[in-house]
Amino acid sequence: MQILFIRIFSAFVVMFGVSVIVFFFIHVIPGDPVEVILGETARLSDREALREALGLNQPLMSQWLSYMSGLLQGDLGNSLYSRQPVTTLILQRLPASAELALAAVIVGIVLAVPFGMWAAMHKGKLWDMASSSFMLLGIAIPNFVFGPVLVLIFSLWLGWFPVSGRDGFLSLVLPAITLGTVMAAILARMLRSSLLEVMSEDYIRSAYARGFSPIRVMFRHALRNAMLPMITLLGLQLGGLLAGAVITETVFDWPGIGRLTVEAIQRRDYPLLQGCILFISAVYVVVNMITDIIYQLIDPRIRCAA
Amino acid sequence: MKIFRYLPFLILLFWILVVLLQPLFSLQPNDINLQQILAVPGDASWLGEDDLGRSVSDRLLSGAQVSLFVAFSVMLVTLLVGTIIGVSSAWLGGWLDQLIMRITDIILAFPGILLAIALAGLLGPGVGNVVLALSIVGWVGFARLARGQTLLLKNRDHIIAARSLGTSSYQIILRHLLPLLVAPLIIEATFAVAGLIIAEAGLSFLGLGVQAPSSSWGSMIRDGSRYLLVAPHLVMIPAIALFSVVMAINLLGDQLRDHLDVRS
Repeated sequence: MQILFIRIFSAFVVMFGVSVIVFFFIHVIPGDPVEVILGETARLSDREALREALGLNQPLMSQWLSYMSGLLQGDLGNSLYSRQPVTTLILQRLPASAELALAAVIVGIVLAVPFGMWAAMHKGKLWDMASSSFMLLGIAIPNFVFGPVLVLIFSLWLGWFPVSGRDGFLSLVLPAITLGTVMAAILARMLRSSLLEVMSEDYIRSAYARGFSPIRVMFRHALRNAMLPMITLLGLQLGGLLAGAVITETVFDWPGIGRLTVEAIQRRDYPLLQGCILFISAVYVVVNMITDIIYQLIDPRIRCAA
Repeated sequence: MKIFRYLPFLILLFWILVVLLQPLFSLQPNDINLQQILAVPGDASWLGEDDLGRSVSDRLLSGAQVSLFVAFSVMLVTLLVGTIIGVSSAWLGGWLDQLIMRITDIILAFPGILLAIALAGLLGPGVGNVVLALSIVGWVGFARLARGQTLLLKNRDHIIAARSLGTSSYQIILRHLLPLLVAPLIIEATFAVAGLIIAEAGLSFLGLGVQAPSSSWGSMIRDGSRYLLVAPHLVMIPAIALFSVVMAINLLGDQLRDHLDVRS
């Protein structure tokens, strides 16, 4: 219970730190949002009026206080470009992002488990080398190369899937594979090494000694224990997934939060960009907190040690 | 078979030479030739032409300059800053060490590339800002490594001996500590360059790196992906270049690690 409390408290501290850094970063760097909205040729009086309306003429500290009090009420300000509340814009894009992330995690696990198992069972042999180099390729090829290659082969040449956009299940396939493969490669490597470690444990030898078949030992005794580190890694990989989503959503024109972030960057929409960064960080921090807690609940060995 | 061992080194050497000898080639990466729009490789020009009839080979080579410039300059800056911070943190200890470690904890709490996208987005587009964003994120790895190694070496006999002979801290660090840090730092730096080349290409792909009409591999892939059906070479050529450099550097890093025998 105490661990749970400390974990939640430290997550709050990190989020507070992130919000402070993002706020001051935006206000310290050169570049005037008023100029972005009105253009460089605007009259001085118009600029002053807008500055007043946006509250940009107040001292930095009081701007920060009003920003923080808005933040605590879930108000992230309004977009400079569309004038809509940032919270509304983010929530609009949330379903698309969640759908893609979930699909990518499924692709990642479905690819990683057989590859990792296969490599571990044939350690040092040709199959191990083949699947290891496949995993290396998965890590070395960035999303923005892999995505267009998939589009070229499966959308343009074979015509199986749409090129871009979000329109039904078929349009989800290529983005999910693009985003999921990197994750699969990392997970498979991890699973391989953690399986090899588990396979040398006493209880595996005992299981063999009791006459269980290798398949049964693998699935019932080895895999279940080797999957544990994967839970932590999945949480950590989510960060990579969120970053990859920014690029993947751009490749496929997928209307998620990653695409929204890039749009905010391109339009110099500072409140929106600030909101997106805060939202992505919050997701990351919360998911890692949850995986930490799950990890402790799931494994009796860790629970007893703590 | 010996050639395979040298292949990664040769590939990297090729790209470094391409960058250094660029003035000799008299490239015209921004020359527009409207008759040659989207020409495939081989016909009139070596690697074809892009959507504005600009030579893909010239743009590829001048893009190499951006990619390698960003990667190497960020690597040098972060290596230097990270090592100084890491070594002094471990050497001085106390509250300074604690403070620096907490700062690195916070930065490491987020995946590097996500932080770099956010920073580059906040700073605005441009090569200088990409270098800055990647540097702010990148020094942490070197600082952690340098700190860890220094803590290990700090109580070695030869350092204690030097200290009891009355050598100044500055002299000890410079003559007795840093030479032992060189091997692990070089290996880390090699892998960092590979990561940085991908990161720069990723940021350029998002439009955060070099601005038109200058070229970078990332921006070539982005621009080319609009003509994927009619001219796939616009994406594939920079992609292959990127892949060749990144794989070469990673393999080189593996070889260096085996050769220098560093246990991580």
